[in-house]
Amino acid sequence: MKILLKNLNLLNPEQKINHESDLLIEDGKIIELGSNITSIDSQTKTFDFTGMYCVPGLVDMHVHLREPGREDEETIETGSNAAAGGGFTEIACMPNTNPAIDSAEVVKLIKDKAKNHLVNVHPIGAVSVNRAGEGLSPIAELVDAGAVAFSDDGVAVKTSALLKSAMEYCLMFDKTIIDHCEEICFSDGAMNEGFISTLLGLPPLPSVSEDLIVARDILMAEYTGGKIHIAHISSKKSVELVRNAKGKGIKVTAEATPHHFTLTDDVLKNYDTNFKMSPPLRTEEDVQAIISGLKDGTIDCIASDHAPHSVEEKEMEFIYAPNGILGLETELALCLNELVSKNHLTLDDLVLKLSINPRKILNLPIPKFETNELANLTIFDPEKIWTVDVSKFKSKSKNSPFDKRLLKGASVAVINNSKMFFENKFTDI
Amino acid sequence: MTIKAKIIDEIGFGRTITRLAHEIVEKNKGIQDVVIIGMRTRGEFIAKRIQEKITSIESVSPELGILDVTLYRDDFRTRLKQPEVSVTNISIDITKKHIVLVDDVLYTGRTVRAALDALMDLGRPNSIQLCVLVDRGHREMPIIADFVGKSIPTSINEEVKVRLKEIDEEDGVYLVESPKKGL
Amino acid sequence: MSLTIKHLIGLHGVPSDDIQTILDTAKTFREVLERPIKKVPTLQGKTIVNLFYEDSTRTRISFELAEKRLSADTINFSKSGSSTKKGETFKDTIRNIEAMKVDMIVVRHESAGVPQFLTRISKASIINAGDGRHEHPTQALLDMYSIRERLGKLKGLKICVIGDIAHSRVALSNIFGLQTMGAQVSVCGPLTMIPQNIESLGVKIYTDISKAISENDVLNVLRIQLERKAGTSIPTLREYHNYFGITAERIEKNNKDILILHPGPINRGVEITSEVADGPYQIILDQVTNGVAIRMSVLYLLGTRQ
Repeated sequence: MKILLKNLNLLNPEQKINHESDLLIEDGKIIELGSNITSIDSQTKTFDFTGMYCVPGLVDMHVHLREPGREDEETIETGSNAAAGGGFTEIACMPNTNPAIDSAEVVKLIKDKAKNHLVNVHPIGAVSVNRAGEGLSPIAELVDAGAVAFSDDGVAVKTSALLKSAMEYCLMFDKTIIDHCEEICFSDGAMNEGFISTLLGLPPLPSVSEDLIVARDILMAEYTGGKIHIAHISSKKSVELVRNAKGKGIKVTAEATPHHFTLTDDVLKNYDTNFKMSPPLRTEEDVQAIISGLKDGTIDCIASDHAPHSVEEKEMEFIYAPNGILGLETELALCLNELVSKNHLTLDDLVLKLSINPRKILNLPIPKFETNELANLTIFDPEKIWTVDVSKFKSKSKNSPFDKRLLKGASVAVINNSKMFFENKFTDI
Repeated sequence: MTIKAKIIDEIGFGRTITRLAHEIVEKNKGIQDVVIIGMRTRGEFIAKRIQEKITSIESVSPELGILDVTLYRDDFRTRLKQPEVSVTNISIDITKKHIVLVDDVLYTGRTVRAALDALMDLGRPNSIQLCVLVDRGHREMPIIADFVGKSIPTSINEEVKVRLKEIDEEDGVYLVESPKKGL
Repeated sequence: MSLTIKHLIGLHGVPSDDIQTILDTAKTFREVLERPIKKVPTLQGKTIVNLFYEDSTRTRISFELAEKRLSADTINFSKSGSSTKKGETFKDTIRNIEAMKVDMIVVRHESAGVPQFLTRISKASIINAGDGRHEHPTQALLDMYSIRERLGKLKGLKICVIGDIAHSRVALSNIFGLQTMGAQVSVCGPLTMIPQNIESLGVKIYTDISKAISENDVLNVLRIQLERKAGTSIPTLREYHNYFGITAERIEKNNKDILILHPGPINRGVEITSEVADGPYQIILDQVTNGVAIRMSVLYLLGTRQ
């Protein structure tokens, strides 16, 4: 089967492509590019994408799929659907499931459940058995089964000794440790420490809690020569630490979430638990530091930390409510809205942050706009204005702080694995 | 609000107070154990005048108290405006006393009902008598005044306004057309 | 005189007219409390639920007494910790209580924000009896009433709140309420007990107790407890007493005109000596009586609001 995508703005900074083109795809592969494609027949389905951008399929390298263990909140299928709806063709899922992704069986289970989907799901293995911070998980086996990186996300790698071992061990496979940087002894805080926490009387979580672990991780990366990736960086000081480390050639990368460059702790004044996450929303100064970190390349990529929670869990008293918010279905729009529309990033930069760089960090192949390549692409409309409506989300959960928000920019279609998601449905192509 | 008639003028007002004072003294055979209690707001000042008058008649001053019945009202749910409460000021124990409750206008009797409840919570008086400047009829409770300055038959569309020097710069009682009635 | 507020969540943002009305109305109820029958029928037929998710015998008794003296029907509902851990969500608990047709809910909870959350899920009028380390508005109102009763005014006074400000719900309510009424509020305590950026609220910070005594008209002394993490905020209670305790000696040396308040329960020999707690400078028991009057005032004003 052939499909013809017409009048696309083709964009791939990795290939230095930025021009208008049509794309002819047959059986999921690109077979022709250019503005004058003729080899079509009467069965060829044609789509006109005038004014829209086509980029290598977006990747979200920080997603919680909740399966196995909390299938009431999200499953591999619903999470993958949410990813496709949000414009992503690949996601990496965190190991804080139940059981944790600390055995080859769980990796295989996830890959098996995900295999017929448009979206590629890449499991991230746990650093330690059951993420308990005691002994290393079977990293080599996990790599063999398909784990793309290692993390104890939800908490930081517990001890420096464990981190050192994990980094050294991962060097053998060229895998990155992704760390949730939070000093555990401060973790009874419920929001960023500052004026607003004082005003609201909520237990404070100081930003230095993040900075301490970022500093530790950078020192350990320097010492071992291993690779560290700072998950959801959120404080100004942490951005500075990463910037300095990169300057010294230390193998550190970092991601930021849309909520950390969009919102400040000021929004917590209604005690809405949909604004409760870890790391917490911080101050305007921190938001500006994240944006400048994204601009100058200190922060390599954007990831959502998509964390589904059931309504009954989120509708709890603030200090008891779990951390985390949905991200996949608002991520691209928030990036376009907050970063591109406001001229902080160019579209080229955005493609690096959302598509190219996460693949480099996870050692995943980068899709090319070339004949005979598998079509793995995202088509988005940077001008489309829409209102977020959680009731229409594909995710099984509804905990988004962006509900009812007006946003500019949206994914239009994604293609991968010989499947297309367009106008709210999946079709085989 | 339009004035229909002036019922009592300043001179009549003074005479009425004098008569009420005499009646109270006569009925109680003196002022032994008599406590005059005025109901906020205007009853408070009328009570004071009566007390002063009795003092000049008997050369002894009866005890005086002020009662605020807001907390005992039965119309919290039906009124549009929340009534303001003020302090009740009755410094003596009213148990075994003869209370003369003083108010400006006796109408439905509901305020007096509230006052009776309030007084019962303050102690157990031997008797409670009611003294009003004007009785305008239309009772909704089985209440009769013991001392009445003037009985004025009114229609439901009328209102009796008592004006006092202490608050209104003149003494007098007016019959006025009530704007809010007839709804 | 009606209040502009429908709920009493905190004193932050409550206009001075409302605070004035609550304090003035409390005077009426203070008089009721002196009567042989300390009860008025004002809230007859109203149902009030005391929802206490955290132990607080004093506050609960004070509210309960205030409710009973206004002739309201009261229900006490006490639970500790998260209801969810016990199988029912907080929201379901509230929905259940609401289905019983209650008019007002008095709530105490370990988590800040719960009273505000209640206003979103319930139609009842909500009164905060203390939420986390956020606010405890009736405590601050009774403090203000007691100060006004003794000193005749609030405007222009200098009031220092002493102790563990960071974990206190009384401190914030005092700051907001007293500032609205024109007083100057400061705090005093070891820096580990002073929350971040509190000076942004226009609050001066003292770490020298003698200076705090000499520069203020009123001290509001908070109870000091050694919390679960003993030793992280202060080394020992003894050290706290030696450096921040209110002693007769310190008062006599620095300011004999000082007025001392304490929200109770008193930790004798820690934040305050017995000599001071029972001495001439304090009005601690007046505060307790005034607490009932203030709560009657708030219940009356919110409960009969149209």
